[in-house]
Amino acid sequence: MSSRIQTPDASLVIAPDAPEMETRRSFLGKSGLLLSGAAIALLAGRDALAKGNPSAASDVNVLNSALGAELEAIAAYQVGAESGLLQKPVLNLAVTFQGHHKEHADVLAKTIAKLGGQPVSAKAEYSFPVDTLKNQNDVLRFAAMLEKGAVSAYLGAVPLFNNRELAKAAASILGDEAMHWAILRNALGEDPVPSAFMS
Amino acid sequence: MNVRIPALLGLALGFAVGTVAADVLRGGDPQAGEAIYSRCLACHALAYNRTGPKHCGLLGRRAGGVAGFEYSAAMKRTNWIWDRKTLDRFLADPMKAVPGTAMGYAGVKDPQERADLIAYLEQAGTSKECRSP
Repeated sequence: MSSRIQTPDASLVIAPDAPEMETRRSFLGKSGLLLSGAAIALLAGRDALAKGNPSAASDVNVLNSALGAELEAIAAYQVGAESGLLQKPVLNLAVTFQGHHKEHADVLAKTIAKLGGQPVSAKAEYSFPVDTLKNQNDVLRFAAMLEKGAVSAYLGAVPLFNNRELAKAAASILGDEAMHWAILRNALGEDPVPSAFMS
Repeated sequence: MNVRIPALLGLALGFAVGTVAADVLRGGDPQAGEAIYSRCLACHALAYNRTGPKHCGLLGRRAGGVAGFEYSAAMKRTNWIWDRKTLDRFLADPMKAVPGTAMGYAGVKDPQERADLIAYLEQAGTSKECRSP
């Protein structure tokens, strides 16, 4: 059984009622459960997360870096969704991934506040290379580029946390972003998992 | 003659060591650096500001110097000019190099990878993407 999404453009081979689609729904649902676990870890209210912890300022800094990138990803997916270039079910996938980023941003912002920090806000406007987005594959490539960057960003954030629960939660988000990247590459007809390690 | 050989050998070795060290800072492989740059793409782009500032024109620019980009106070205080040396120092461990930087990232720990990345940034600065208005 394969859940491979073929390109080019809208020629996705999975019918809406196909078993493969059910598998993907199940897959996405499970990734949502993982995120919920991360959210619980982030917001558990443990002593180590309490305001006034001397290491919290550094953790807030790292969390705010992640939050800034998540907010930009939400905006980017919005551009993709509104571009008119995405066909269902790719459009649905993009909206689902955007929803994940919204969940990430929400829990990151709440955690930053819990640590006594000030969560960064979404920028009034973002610059995206919309001139280069001519078809569905262009949008998918752009999204894949952002997701790959997000994986690397979280990989670079995990070792920085003073609080291990935060590191664990960030690693959970990293896993979600990596799944996004793999699915997007698959949709482009590329090897979804091109290497054994991420950097 | 017997005295000059060690001297010449020492000179040659010194030159070789110096060359290797210089290659790490000066050389780098822009093509390898482009692949490493993919790690930066959650927050950065060459030609436009994102969560992080744009990288066109980076070499020679004052740290915190992109007009209209909101930098951390820590970055603005550095008074650094971005060159191979300052980039190498910052990229190795951003939060240690500039405590309080908004770039919450562990860094690029491998010196050769940093050299490659810096070589790419240097080359990209002259690319069509960066030359466009």
